Amino acid sequence: MAWYIAKRLFYAALILLGVSFITYLLLFLIPADPARQIAGRSATPEVVANIRHQLGLDLPFYEQYLRYLWQLLHGDLGRSYVQRSQVSDLMAARIGPTLQLMAAGIGLELLIGISLGLVAAIKRNSGLDRALMAFSFIGVSSPHFIAAMLALYFFAVKLGWFPLGGYGGIEHLMLPAITLGVLGSGWYSRMVRSSMIEVLHQDFIRTARAKGLTRVRVLLRHVLPNAIIPVIPMIGIDIGIFMSGLVVVESVFGWPGLGQLAWQAIQQVDIPIIVGVTTLSAVAIVLGNLVADLAVLLVDPRIDVKNS
Amino acid sequence: MHKVLKGFALTAMAVAISGAVQAQETPKPGGEVIVTYQNDVATLDPAIGYDWQNWSMIKSLFDGLMDYEPGTTNLVPDLAERYEISDDGMTYTFHLREGVTFHNDREMTAADVKYSLERTINPQTQSPGAGFFSSIVGFDAVSSGDATTLSGVTTPDDYTVEITLSAPDATFLHLMALNFASVVPKEAVEEWGRDFGKHPVGTGAFKLDDWALGQRLTFVKNEDYYRDGIPYIDQIDFEIGQEPNVALLRLQRGEVDIAGDGIPPAQFLQSQQDPEFQKLMVIGDQLHTGYMTLSVTIPPLDNLKVRQAINMAINKERIVRVINGRAAPTNQPLPPAMPGYDSDYEGLSYDVEQARALLEEAGYGDGFETELYVMNTDPQPRIAQAIQQDLSQIGIQAEIKSLAQANVIAAGGEQSQAPMIWSGGMAWIADFPDPSNFWGPILGCEGAVPGGWNWAWYCNEELDARAEEANAMVEPDQREERARIWGEIFTTAMDDAPWVPIFNEKRFTVHSARMGGDDALYVDPVHVPVNYDYIWVK
Repeated sequence: MAWYIAKRLFYAALILLGVSFITYLLLFLIPADPARQIAGRSATPEVVANIRHQLGLDLPFYEQYLRYLWQLLHGDLGRSYVQRSQVSDLMAARIGPTLQLMAAGIGLELLIGISLGLVAAIKRNSGLDRALMAFSFIGVSSPHFIAAMLALYFFAVKLGWFPLGGYGGIEHLMLPAITLGVLGSGWYSRMVRSSMIEVLHQDFIRTARAKGLTRVRVLLRHVLPNAIIPVIPMIGIDIGIFMSGLVVVESVFGWPGLGQLAWQAIQQVDIPIIVGVTTLSAVAIVLGNLVADLAVLLVDPRIDVKNS
Repeated sequence: MHKVLKGFALTAMAVAISGAVQAQETPKPGGEVIVTYQNDVATLDPAIGYDWQNWSMIKSLFDGLMDYEPGTTNLVPDLAERYEISDDGMTYTFHLREGVTFHNDREMTAADVKYSLERTINPQTQSPGAGFFSSIVGFDAVSSGDATTLSGVTTPDDYTVEITLSAPDATFLHLMALNFASVVPKEAVEEWGRDFGKHPVGTGAFKLDDWALGQRLTFVKNEDYYRDGIPYIDQIDFEIGQEPNVALLRLQRGEVDIAGDGIPPAQFLQSQQDPEFQKLMVIGDQLHTGYMTLSVTIPPLDNLKVRQAINMAINKERIVRVINGRAAPTNQPLPPAMPGYDSDYEGLSYDVEQARALLEEAGYGDGFETELYVMNTDPQPRIAQAIQQDLSQIGIQAEIKSLAQANVIAAGGEQSQAPMIWSGGMAWIADFPDPSNFWGPILGCEGAVPGGWNWAWYCNEELDARAEEANAMVEPDQREERARIWGEIFTTAMDDAPWVPIFNEKRFTVHSARMGGDDALYVDPVHVPVNYDYIWVK
């Protein structure tokens, strides 16, 4: 077990190194010159050259990258080109709201996804089943920007159930979380439906029913726990997909999270922030997957890592 | 010269009329106001902040030696009580107000003025505004890092500052009104270092009370502000991260007082036709020209006839319709609100037949292929498409290169890269209301360098020399003559057609019904976008 974790951590480190390298390289190749951006339109070439030197942008690529890695290991993500503040300060101010929205959003995804999957599996091949699956299909294919705008328009403007965006208490959190939850629930409902159906056909279910257990008890005690196992690693994979939706939903709802920060930084080509948010997202995805895989080991004793 | 005079008279009248309107309502002190923006406030460091969002915020927190009358482009002394200019126009003596204190309660003195200028020019500060002060004696030594003090700025006593220039500069008083010349206290700058922009300390009408990163900034009234009764408002909350469409909806509900980002293009027509909304909307001019650069060094655009043909092929009226009438078509680089604008200039008007003939004469009767660079946010690509269609009428096939802002700027700064650039989203908005500001960097030889902003790479040394002469006309009674010369410089440049001047954008600010104060304050030409010091709550 310890060996397995160590091996996974080693791979995780490699992945992160790769992600940081690719991000850094891509942004290096963009033909935007941060020194000119900082220097402004009235700057003389000497001023631009001076700033370039101060930022270390006159160094060859590998030196810049190694310097970045070295600073990263010391917890220094550099300073934003536009805001001139520490990237770590800017990200720290936003990580709380993002975690809140992620927890609420993924929680709702699971709640909606598993319930719908359960219902669809029980009523499989009925009209209800097809309607639910169509709903989940529409959900996962909807563009977040449009869906978020529509949700805001109907539930906040027309019906007045929720405040019009912004950050604050639970009432502010509800609408963006529900939007993310509904849009992302499709992955889970389809997965739960198919794995439920698979489990329902197994012998031990028939045995359970045959020995006189009620239908509800069989479903909740025997089917669901078995059917839910593939959902756990799915959460790990979902973190990545979820984050891309977060960027848009946070911007629409004025939620002061990392997604909004990334959105602004991309528009302003504020490279240190883009690299910082990407690195953090990569860490979150890698860690999420690792935790999900370890959680499966605990939940399902049948999986044996020694032989995998 | 008469035209110019007429322009001045009209401006003066407009100012007088708006002044009369203001007189009917008496400003009321007190009240709290909510302003929304989508993007984070980048910085409140006056040496660094350089966007339309933080520009007037900084003006409310800090003061410089000079400022403008609220809602106008008329220069008035600010922290300086009065000033004298030597006969040769090379030395400016400013007499400071006594008893003005910073937000940290220390009195502002001449040493602070000197320190602030030196700080902006010092390369360690990385100020985008350093270059403005190149006419001060000793600039080069500080700019290159060889010195940290400006030899051209002296402080005979605590309330006198003498600034010596290396050449007469008629725009110098405007420069002293730029944010980059704001007076900052040395001890606060040293305490916060590079984070001074998050902990600003100035002498201005408001002080920063709290900044919740990514969420909200709170400005509170500076009770010790040297102007009695100013500001009227007790507190301004800037809420950050609000999508512009959402901000407008909130404004209509009365939850927001000023939607800082204005009206998104997609909503503009609808809002404009809504009578309820019209009452909340203020329309103003701005010192802005939207133009397309035609690189005078890239064939076949190096041919004057080709550039003229392109000028005549573009239907500016239609482009203005594309952006729902948020601008007025134009034919010259200077915007109408700028001294020197020539209202009789005809320029190269829309004439497709003539354009085809010119192209034929130039030997491109069958047209050619070229590229049009444009910034990739709405409505810029749509404007580029309109230009593309117009050009295809005369056989020019322009491929649209739609890129992020920084990348378009980078492309423009390379001589052989971009034949045509639509300036939208990066267009020149004057830093100060003087025509010279529309010349040097964007049409003069100094801007036609790698990384420069003269994307047409137009360099006419004769016109540059005349520009220099005009800038040496510092006497107040030379102002009209100077404006006339500047007007001529721009129309003469248009004989070489380095640009297609397309439109002058208007500005729209939306505010809640409870906001009071002259309309001009909400579209202030200098305190962009809104002059927070003088608005009030009914």
